[in-house]
Amino acid sequence: MSAQEITFGKAISAGLRAALAEDEKVVLMGEDIGTLGGVFRITDGLMQEFGPERVVDTPLAESGIMGTAVGLAYRGYRPVVEIQFDGFVYPSFDQIVSQVAKTHYRTRGAVPMPVTIRIPFGGGIGSPEHHSESPEAYFVHTAGLRVVSPSTPQEGYDLIRAAIASDDPVVYLEPKRRYHDRGPVDLAAPLRPMGPAAVAAAGTDVTLVAYGPLVKTCLQAAEAAAGEGISIDVIDLRSLSPIDYGLIEASVRRTGRLVIAHEAGRTGGLGAEIAATVTERCFHWLEHAPVRVTGFDIPYPPAKLEHHHVPDLDRILDGVDRALGRANSLDSIDPFAPPVPLAADGTERA
Amino acid sequence: MGSVSLNTPPTGMPQVPEPDLHQVLTPDGHRRPDHDLDPWLQDVTAPMLAGLHRDMTVIRRLDTECTHLQRQGELALWPPLLGQEAAQVGSAAALRREDYVFPSYRENGVAYLRGVDPLGLVRLWRGSTYAGWNPAEANLAAQQIIIGAQSLHAVGYAMGLQRDGADTVAISYFGDGATSQGDVNEAMVFAASYHVPVVFFCQNNQWAISEPVSLQAKRHIADRPWGFGIPAMRVDGNDVLAVLAATRRALERARNGGGPTFIEAVTYRMGPHTTADDPTRYRSAEEVEAWRAKDPIDRVEAYLAATLTDADRDPDGVGPLTVERVREVSEAAADQMATALRAGVAELADPGPEALFEHVYAEPHYELERQREHYRLYLAQFDGEQLEAGAR
Ligand SMILES: Cc1ncc(C[n+]2csc(CCOP(=O)(O)OP(=O)(O)O)c2C)c(N)n1
Ligand SMILES: [Mg+2]
Repeated sequence: MSAQEITFGKAISAGLRAALAEDEKVVLMGEDIGTLGGVFRITDGLMQEFGPERVVDTPLAESGIMGTAVGLAYRGYRPVVEIQFDGFVYPSFDQIVSQVAKTHYRTRGAVPMPVTIRIPFGGGIGSPEHHSESPEAYFVHTAGLRVVSPSTPQEGYDLIRAAIASDDPVVYLEPKRRYHDRGPVDLAAPLRPMGPAAVAAAGTDVTLVAYGPLVKTCLQAAEAAAGEGISIDVIDLRSLSPIDYGLIEASVRRTGRLVIAHEAGRTGGLGAEIAATVTERCFHWLEHAPVRVTGFDIPYPPAKLEHHHVPDLDRILDGVDRALGRANSLDSIDPFAPPVPLAADGTERA
Repeated sequence: MGSVSLNTPPTGMPQVPEPDLHQVLTPDGHRRPDHDLDPWLQDVTAPMLAGLHRDMTVIRRLDTECTHLQRQGELALWPPLLGQEAAQVGSAAALRREDYVFPSYRENGVAYLRGVDPLGLVRLWRGSTYAGWNPAEANLAAQQIIIGAQSLHAVGYAMGLQRDGADTVAISYFGDGATSQGDVNEAMVFAASYHVPVVFFCQNNQWAISEPVSLQAKRHIADRPWGFGIPAMRVDGNDVLAVLAATRRALERARNGGGPTFIEAVTYRMGPHTTADDPTRYRSAEEVEAWRAKDPIDRVEAYLAATLTDADRDPDGVGPLTVERVREVSEAAADQMATALRAGVAELADPGPEALFEHVYAEPHYELERQREHYRLYLAQFDGEQLEAGAR
């Protein structure tokens, strides 16, 4: 069947509808997801279609949502919970880390936790506090959870179906600022595995790794770089845990240069993990140290400042220049300067 | 093995009351006797009512102005308080300056009455800053978007007050939806266990975005605190006198070592949840209309119209105090606030990128300094854009 042009949001919606239709054990839960159809309208119409027992408006309590999802999973259901915004997942963090992630392990496989946790994440939409965060590293760091983030409507559709079908808990991170982007979606596509990363644009000079909302920005960067004769291999991770290193390694062995971009802060972020792993595995192929282009190590800033924080095309190209050893923003800083020793009080010695 | 206990258990469990709605002003402006609240309304005079009328009128205007500013692109978002003026004014009017308020995001009327400059609210909701005011100046904590979190903060503050032997009370504002959160329930456990001077002020505006209060509570919200050992009162939140009296009563109990009190102010959110919400998707026009008939400002006017006599003199003038005169004075105050607000908004500048790195830590953080320095160099490559010192 041929693909149709729909928005990212509608693609996720279609994936949820397909899952509800295919498996009666699938139950959607969340705040405002029923009558309202969710604040982003991702579940629009689903309660009317499948009934309030399958698409459930919950009381306003994230720990309650997550903890009851665990109980439903014990009973053989496949809960798909919506967290309204990234910054509201933390009241349920305990249930996610200590229960959702560990129950299969603790019961030696007797109790699977096929829970899907949908979280609209990332910034760039001018929201108030707690509405623009990128919490993926917390989940990637938690053994027992799988983490995915689609970057196109088709991936949105494929990954939500795969996540719900998985017997493992999956954190499904929705790039909220891309909800209105349109793209072709094949609704008749067979169920695809969650694992493999994808080449979003093929190139030969630099490997640029991204996921979720920044894939689009990276593609724009690749286009701009092409105008200057630089060929960028853009890799869309899709799965953040586990990471498909095969594709990244193959690319880095060709290009010798690696740039990783994400909105989340740098320290302890996915970029650090990917840089370390690729350095371990591709050390002899690297022509330059891996470069990270990320948000700063700050709380997500007020809306009027977010354009500084979220990596944009220029900052990504600056990172590409660094990886290529071309003129860039770090030129006046000596990257090989020895680290500044700390004084006894923890401050930098003059 | 003994541990120090600050717990002063209340003597005997409080009696579960009738879930009656306490109301002293009916929607059509009649004064009803209320055994529990009347003692707290002995000082009510016509000028005092005129003052409450003025405050409600000003915050309603502030709210409409901000909704307009959002439509005009000056604000990113605004959470209207329309319909909740009596709940906010009645409770805030009962507070002393030194009492400490822990609000959600909707208490912008309370903030105004705590002395917060409306322009601070604008800067907050346009996305220039997260700090719409200085908590230490207004005795008003930073606004809270994480539903219910502030209830625990109020209890902790009250634990401090208790240790300091202060004659001061902490008050936490939250919505009906918030009562489902673990934090709010844990706050009640702590408050009751330690018997701290705190007031839980729940504005039950019937909705948590699209979810009706019936999804959060199968009985009246005010029934729940009793189970925690906290006396609760259900008051008409559109009746400014009932709210004032109930809050005074709770504050006085707390000041005198009587421990926590819970107030459920039954009101209605007349507007959308925020300017981004479309309430027609989940509630009927009839429901909204039914609540319009219970307007908090109209009922004060109706009461004044029925009770003012020639003996009531206009405090600012020579003539008698009339409803028209009260309205005129209130509108003038609202106009004045709105004019200053508009003028201020026209002057607002956006914060500079230096503000990104400020106040993340109280002490120098060398790794963040590096990021700041690198970003400074990065921006310096472009024409005109520099890191400017300080948020504006
Ligand atoms: C922890 C958390 N979860 C979800 C949200 C999203 N949210 C914002 S306001 C709101 C409804 C709050 O309802 P209520 O407590 O009744 O307060 P009201 O908005 O009616 O004043 C929700 C679900 C949030 N801000 N924080
Ligand atoms: Mg509410």
